[in-house]
Amino acid sequence: MRQVSPSFHPVLRLFHWVMAIMVIAMIFIGVGMVSAAGPLFPRLLAIHRPLGIAILVMVLIRLPLRLSLGAPALPADLSPVQAFAARLSHVLLYAAMVCQPLIGWAMLSAGGYPVQLWPGVLLPPILPHDLHLYATLRPLHGLVARLLFALIVLHVAAALSHGLIRRDGVLRSMTIGQRSRRADTPSARA
Amino acid sequence: MPPLSRPRLAAAVILIGAVSAALIGGFAWAAGWIGAPRITSNDAIAALEYNGGRYPGYRRAHAKGMCFTGWFDANGAGGALSMASVFRPGRYPVIGRFSVAGANPMAGDGRNVFHAMALLLRTPDGQQWRMAMDHTPFFPVGDVPAFLAFQYASRPVPATGVPDPAAMKSYLAEHPETKRFLDYMASAPLPDSFAKAIYYSINAFRFTNAQGVTRSVRWQMEPEIPLTALDKSRLADLPRDALFREMIDRTARGPSHWHMLLVVANPGDRTDNATIAWTGTHQRTDAGTLTLERVMPEETGACRDLNFDPTIVPRGIALSDDPLLGARAKVYSTSFTHRATEGPHPSAVGEDLHVEESR
Repeated sequence: MRQVSPSFHPVLRLFHWVMAIMVIAMIFIGVGMVSAAGPLFPRLLAIHRPLGIAILVMVLIRLPLRLSLGAPALPADLSPVQAFAARLSHVLLYAAMVCQPLIGWAMLSAGGYPVQLWPGVLLPPILPHDLHLYATLRPLHGLVARLLFALIVLHVAAALSHGLIRRDGVLRSMTIGQRSRRADTPSARA
Repeated sequence: MPPLSRPRLAAAVILIGAVSAALIGGFAWAAGWIGAPRITSNDAIAALEYNGGRYPGYRRAHAKGMCFTGWFDANGAGGALSMASVFRPGRYPVIGRFSVAGANPMAGDGRNVFHAMALLLRTPDGQQWRMAMDHTPFFPVGDVPAFLAFQYASRPVPATGVPDPAAMKSYLAEHPETKRFLDYMASAPLPDSFAKAIYYSINAFRFTNAQGVTRSVRWQMEPEIPLTALDKSRLADLPRDALFREMIDRTARGPSHWHMLLVVANPGDRTDNATIAWTGTHQRTDAGTLTLERVMPEETGACRDLNFDPTIVPRGIALSDDPLLGARAKVYSTSFTHRATEGPHPSAVGEDLHVEESR
């Protein structure tokens, strides 16, 4: 559903910024963790798993909210290619945020590992203990992390170019909100 | 909106580029591609493969092994030290693995190297305690750089079968802890059965009891039967799988037992250095008995597809400040991923049994 309001609903903006911090932190923790053969590894791992599950829970709350509250229309002067790229990148961002924690959970299950969130709190396995599956899922977890990070860099660059170059209100719609440029048309807020 | 002036447009483009570069740079820094060089698990595995050879499909260390199953009967005494549910009175299933050190899964048992026991204890609440123990009370190296240096220095020279004396000499001059270990290995008895060895936790851990009191603990599995040793002058005469065959024959006659002794650190005992044994009198708690009931080759046992990562501990046990623990966790994990990708390969014991069956 296309929203008539020119800005994202404040709840969606809150989810966006909280999750932005979590996801970017998560990626840095993940790549840092796998390159650290020392005391940092278990410390980062202890953050990585609960943070990943927290992201999964949040995106599963956020996605229905996003679908029901909608998003502001893209600027009318955006080329069809840009509009398509914008929509596709958002679908991929959501897909990665849903899939990546599930891949991590599935990977630990297939590796025969206990899926521990913190001491004494475990999640059940979601796949059987199977090293063939593990051998597929472990590299996939790293690959999706890199793709997600590339998407985030593109997303940030695109958002800044909307805000700084095009100045078309797209960046404002996810930050401080649009100036009520259509405040004089009551139907716009209906 | 009016079009941007050229300087403003340039500033905007530079800012966008800078933000993107900062994100990518942060990623590269977190991944260790830029910044201070760091030792990765792949470096550790390269060192192991340099030392012992590369055997795809097997663990990168302690490649030769055999599975076992049994149970742990907790007597409740461990609860004074740790709230871990595995110390509550009861019987808990165990998956284990015996191994001898080295990268070669078909190496002979007649070598003066680590004999090892790995365990996975499960409690009904889903928690696990994984251990990877060796038959020596201390370890040859205390940190990751020393571990790598030791692997490089101690590589057997193909022509002689022993390490290059000059390389070892210069390594040992800088690492008296390894010298101490090698002297110990040269003189200490080498168990003639997996069932007769004491297996030590190597690293210290932090045990917290229900009252919230935390203590540093090492533990050891002590067999119920006395130690007898191999004749070190005749190790080369041993059949390739002598230790494993002995354990198979022994288990056919009856189970083996070990007591889990929890050893509490005295003030001043080092918890961050696995090269230093805790000497003198210590409070020791017998937390229960491990019973080994069955042994089986890795092909049919449950141990092969498990990573006995000693940092997988239940609530009530936590890691100490020993830098080896995090390194063991990461290197074991990378080794596990490598061999999962390469696919399982036959074990020495499995080959023996296969030959016998096909006779």
